[in-house]
Order: sequence, then C-alpha cells, then structure tokens
Amino acid sequence: MGLFTHIGRYVLWMSRVFKKPEKWRVYRKQIFFEIQSIGYASLGLVALVSLFMGAVLAIQLAYNIDSPLIPMYTVGFGVRDSLILEFSPTIISIILVGKVGSSIASEIGTMRVTDQIDALDIMGVNSTGYLVGPKMIAAVICNPFIAIISMILGMFGGYAAGILTGEVPGNTFIFGLQYAFQPYYITYALIKTAVFAVIITTVPAYFGYHTSGGALEVGRSSTVSVVYSIVVLLTFNLILTQMLLQ
Amino acid sequence: MIEVKGLNKSFGEHHVLKNIDAQFHKGQVNIIIGQSGSGKTVLTKCMVGLFDVDSGTVEYDGNDFASMSFKEKLNVRKDIGMLFQGGALFDSMTVEENIMFPLAMFTDQSLAERRERSQFCLDRVNLPKAAKLFPSELSGGMKKRVAIARAIATNPKYLFCDEPNSGLDPKTGLVIDQLIKEITDEYNITTIVITHDMNSVIEIGDNIHFIYKGEKWWEGSKEEILRTNNQEVVDFVYASKFMKRVRADLAK
Repeated sequence: MGLFTHIGRYVLWMSRVFKKPEKWRVYRKQIFFEIQSIGYASLGLVALVSLFMGAVLAIQLAYNIDSPLIPMYTVGFGVRDSLILEFSPTIISIILVGKVGSSIASEIGTMRVTDQIDALDIMGVNSTGYLVGPKMIAAVICNPFIAIISMILGMFGGYAAGILTGEVPGNTFIFGLQYAFQPYYITYALIKTAVFAVIITTVPAYFGYHTSGGALEVGRSSTVSVVYSIVVLLTFNLILTQMLLQ
Repeated sequence: MIEVKGLNKSFGEHHVLKNIDAQFHKGQVNIIIGQSGSGKTVLTKCMVGLFDVDSGTVEYDGNDFASMSFKEKLNVRKDIGMLFQGGALFDSMTVEENIMFPLAMFTDQSLAERRERSQFCLDRVNLPKAAKLFPSELSGGMKKRVAIARAIATNPKYLFCDEPNSGLDPKTGLVIDQLIKEITDEYNITTIVITHDMNSVIEIGDNIHFIYKGEKWWEGSKEEILRTNNQEVVDFVYASKFMKRVRADLAK
C-alpha cells in the first residue's frame, strides 16, 4: 500500500476517534487506566535515561571546552538548552515510541486478529474511538509532565556528574542553568511533546487496527508502526521547530 | 426475523456470495452449513454489517440494514448478540467486566444492577463462580459460555454464533449447542448458527441453509437434510464413514 493511501486511510480513520463517545463514564475510566499504563509506567525508563543523558551531556561538554575564552558555566547552559529544546521532547518521545507505541500496536493488532474489535463493532461501539481516543488523551495529558520530569532529572544528572568528576563546580553549573533562560523554550517543548503524544499513540494504533492474519502479522505491524511513528515524529519535529522558533 | 434478498459480495475478482436469498425465522435455530470457504462467514459478516454488500439487502424485521442511518444501525446492533469462534472476550477485562461492558456502554444501569445482570447471565450459562476470572484462565468451553453470557446480557433479538463448538470435545460441544437452543426458546430470539458440525445440525437445527460455492444451494429441516437426494448436500452431510453408515441405516 502506498504512502498516500496510508495517509488518506489514516485521516479517515482518525475522524472516527473524534466522534461523540457512547458513554462518557466508560471512556473516562479508560482514560485513567491509560494514564497509568502509558504515563506512569513509562516514568522509570524516562527517569533513568534522562539522568544518564544529562550526566553524559555535562561530561562531554566539560571535556570539550578547552578554550579559556569559553566560560565553564557554558556546560550548565548547554545541558539545559539541549534537554529543553531537543532531548526531553523529541528523544524521549522516540524512546516512548519503542515502549508505548509497539505495545499499542501489538495490543490492538491482537484484538483485531482475535475478533475482539469485530465484537466491539457488532455491539455498536465505535471501536476506533474507544480503543484509540483514551490512549491519545492520556498521552497528551501525561507526556508533557514526563518531558518536564525528564528535563529536571537531566539537569540534576548533569549537575551531579559535574560535581562527581570535579569538572564543573556546582554553583557554576547552576549559574549556567539560569543564564539567558528563555521561558518560551519550555512552551515550545511542551507543544512539541503534546503533538508527539498524538503521533506516538495514533500511528501504532492505526497499524494495529488494520492488521490482518495472525501472530506473525501482529509482530510485523508492531515493527512497521515503530518505524513509521519515528519517521512521522521526526518530520513533525522539523516542521514544528521551524514554525515555533522562527 | 432476518431476511436476506439477492445478496452479492465480491473481494476483487473473487465473487464470494452469489445472489443469496434466505429467511431466518424468529424463535428458531437457523443453521448455515457448508464447506470451508463456501462463504458462510462472509454471509454472516455481511448480515451484521461488518462487510458492506455489493448488492442486495439484509432486512431486520422488514428494515433494510444498509439503507439505515448511523443511529438506526446502532439501534439494530444493540439488538444483536454475537458468539465468535474463539469467544472474542476482551483479554484485559475479567469475565464479569466482559459481560457488564455492553451494559455499561448502552444502558444507564448502576454498577450494582450491572453486577446483578452479569451474575444472572453467568448462572444461566452454568458458570456461577467465574465472575472474577480473566479469559486466559478459562478453558475453551468456558470461554464460549462466557461469550454467550455476554451476548445475551443486553437481551438481544438476534443471536449470531460462528462455529460455536469448533475446537471443543463432543460432550462440551453438545452443552454449548443445548445452551444455544434453550436460550433461543426461552427468549424467542432469531438465532443463526454457522457450522460444519453435523452433530449441531441434528441436535438443534430448526431451519437449515446449505451454502455451496457462494450460492444458497438448499434449505430445509433437519429431518429433510438426512433424506435429501441433492448430491452436493449428500456429499457434505454423509462425508464421514459414520454418516455413510447412518445413511445406509436410514435407507433400510
């Protein structure tokens, strides 16, 4: 199937996500469930990756600054901007594609091949809305918080690494973190994260929903969905960066 | 009653259903039989609206399903219960949650009322203590019974069963067949069973439709199917050695 066919089918399919729910209380309960499984369950991984990436960023910057003209607080400044502008919104979202996206594609794909989606349709439930809507809303709510947690932990990782290696004094690093800070960068990062949250949930869900066959096809859908999600995410990263930072 | 008129369905070049006309009566177990690949499941999926038909109509109590508005279709679907081959229970929910799901979606019943209805349905299918189990903890026969409980939870007018006793031992298959028959009589619903199991046909079939290469080939009662001389039906019904012996006994 060609790229444009996928895009057209995705748009038509997504229009069903925004239909009025049959019963709000069921959807509300499902959103809370998804917040737990998409958001809360990802915190450990995100915390670990952020902490170490912040530390590595700080060490690399510190070791590469060998000119006396560049002040050491540049390390804190660089760590902060790298985390806020790119690492926490984009790289963390790509990591979440691997964790959350593949799980969504497998879950919905399995539901498709075991007739569970047909069962929903026959009951009169809008299967797309019920399966995808709560996941998308949960991710849009959770992922910006996850990004903020990632930023904070990344900066802490950088701070700790600076002190532990003796390369960057603590107060110098903190001065760098505060230096020339632009609050708009946070807004930019959160907008990107929210858009990526839609991609992380809906693209894998689309591939899972349109799976046909058996276990092999479910696995294939999961793999393809991760690849497509990353490509779409990177494309939107470029577009949003140009739109929001120009 | 469900009436299918001049139904055609193709997938690309492959003409799967050819001008099917059939009536499925209320209060009866209507059985669709035929060889694998004959079009039984496609016919059912067309009837419940999972596939769009190329031409022809499917009428639920005189109302054409295809020409209904979205809301009207939704109302018909609320009256349909379906038992899938594998049960199609929602893995992430307990048995009780599975049965309560359509009630939560389409009724204003309180949790206590839904629980009560769920327990009633579980009692009806002889699984009174299965409420808190997950589908992965159930045997094949139990899954089918829970699927029946879920299908009848909303008091449907039409019950579709896709190969209800496939993968089950003959004794459990018989239990499922009897349950379908009892529920049909008790609630006076239109039941449609797709099967290629002749035991089911003989046990519970009231009105039998034989599909052959996408065509409605033969229709009759279970008594008639045993005595018909239609060659394609005979080849299907008396395919096994055991059934050939039954035919020989009948001829005596």
